[in-house]
Amino acid sequence: MSIEIRLPTALRAFADKQEKIGVDAGTVGEALEQMFSKHERLRQQLMSADGKLRSFVNVYVNDDDARDKQGLATAVKDGDTILIVPAIAGGR
Amino acid sequence: MAQLELTTAEKARYDRHLIMPEVGPEGQKKLKNASVLCVGAGGLGSPLALYLAAAGVGRIGIVDFDVVDESNLQRQIIHDTQSVGTSKLESAKKRLLALNPFISVELHETRLTSANAVELFKKYDVIADGTDNFATRYLVNDACVLTGRPNAYGSIFRFEGQLAVFGLKDGPCYRCLYPEPPPPGLVPSCAEAGVLGVLPGVIGTMQAIEALKLILGIGRPLSGRLMLYDALEQSWRTLKVKKNPACPVCSENATIKAPIDYEAFCGLKEKPTMSIPDISVQDLKAMLDKKEKFILVDVREPHEYEIAKIAGSTLIPLGKLPERYGELDKGAKLIVHCKMGGRSAKAVQFLREKGYDATNVAGGINAWSESIDPSVPQY
Repeated sequence: MSIEIRLPTALRAFADKQEKIGVDAGTVGEALEQMFSKHERLRQQLMSADGKLRSFVNVYVNDDDARDKQGLATAVKDGDTILIVPAIAGGR
Repeated sequence: MAQLELTTAEKARYDRHLIMPEVGPEGQKKLKNASVLCVGAGGLGSPLALYLAAAGVGRIGIVDFDVVDESNLQRQIIHDTQSVGTSKLESAKKRLLALNPFISVELHETRLTSANAVELFKKYDVIADGTDNFATRYLVNDACVLTGRPNAYGSIFRFEGQLAVFGLKDGPCYRCLYPEPPPPGLVPSCAEAGVLGVLPGVIGTMQAIEALKLILGIGRPLSGRLMLYDALEQSWRTLKVKKNPACPVCSENATIKAPIDYEAFCGLKEKPTMSIPDISVQDLKAMLDKKEKFILVDVREPHEYEIAKIAGSTLIPLGKLPERYGELDKGAKLIVHCKMGGRSAKAVQFLREKGYDATNVAGGINAWSESIDPSVPQY
């Protein structure tokens, strides 16, 4: 398992409370699919009905926003970290 | 406007700033002549306003319309036990002026709206966003871009925080980071999901640092970057945020030239409660007293159930409902509650889609504690 997907606390409840999930994949999309195959409930949290990333969830490969690269087709390699960063609004 | 000079008393007070060449008397004068608007006097606004006041920012504005509640004091350190039940603004002002009588504090006791935000922001140099909902965050962002004011942004959730500076001329704005808000109800609020009390202390303090840097013109503002803080891991990560060339508010081709309707933008106008049948806690009490036949379903988390529960309820946390709804008798009448009525509204919607006769309890167990049984703790 050479690529690590890191989940924020809000989403860990959908992944048996795990904070990181190891996958082997060539693209961000493949990595997410592998994660969904283990934790199907995450799919609805991250993806819209038409299979796109939801607009309030950002996916970073290391410190780059996948949206600024090739989105779900962005290549990933061994040792990369995929970070899921949903919008949060708390302040009070 | 004529620049105000530092008095002898101020020079003594700000000595630790004055002896640093990066600030010095000139920098301290900049702080004295600067103004920051804190949007919200809550978890983030508390340390933010306190440190800005201590640092000698000459004019601090605060927008809020709330009163101090006992449950605020776990994190909102600008208020204290004696201020419970009083206006947050008055409580904050008293504390700030006690800390530093050389500054002025301006109170705006109002909800920030599309109608008042632009005029208000124009009166300040820097805006610090410490609100607690997406609609106001998008409003603050857009009004900052429209008025050219930088936004020292902070946001918190449970054990995690986000920090950035948005709205600088060449930098991205909040919409570049998140083009659209989540649909209502999908992301729980701090009131529902909780927040570690110290966390806003960390993030609000960092917002104050960014505000001071912007005023002083020193260092590198946190623009084009998003910092994530994880208290459990005790780690910071810095991610890149690019300016979106198609951003509807901050790009060259911007289509938003004035604040929009943010409640509609955030989907709040189609409240799920509109189409979801609900009853009041008084109705629920009457049904219990009459021994009517129904199943009372509590969709909160087990640790919340331990703090407070209504006798005879069945606990199925909202997140477990899709796998456990089969445990409920399909012919039965279901009355569903949570803490405040938001999660249970989603549960009712889900159960009705599955063919159940489900009804929401408006106001949840908090309303039950308030109106029916005060021995049930509020949390």
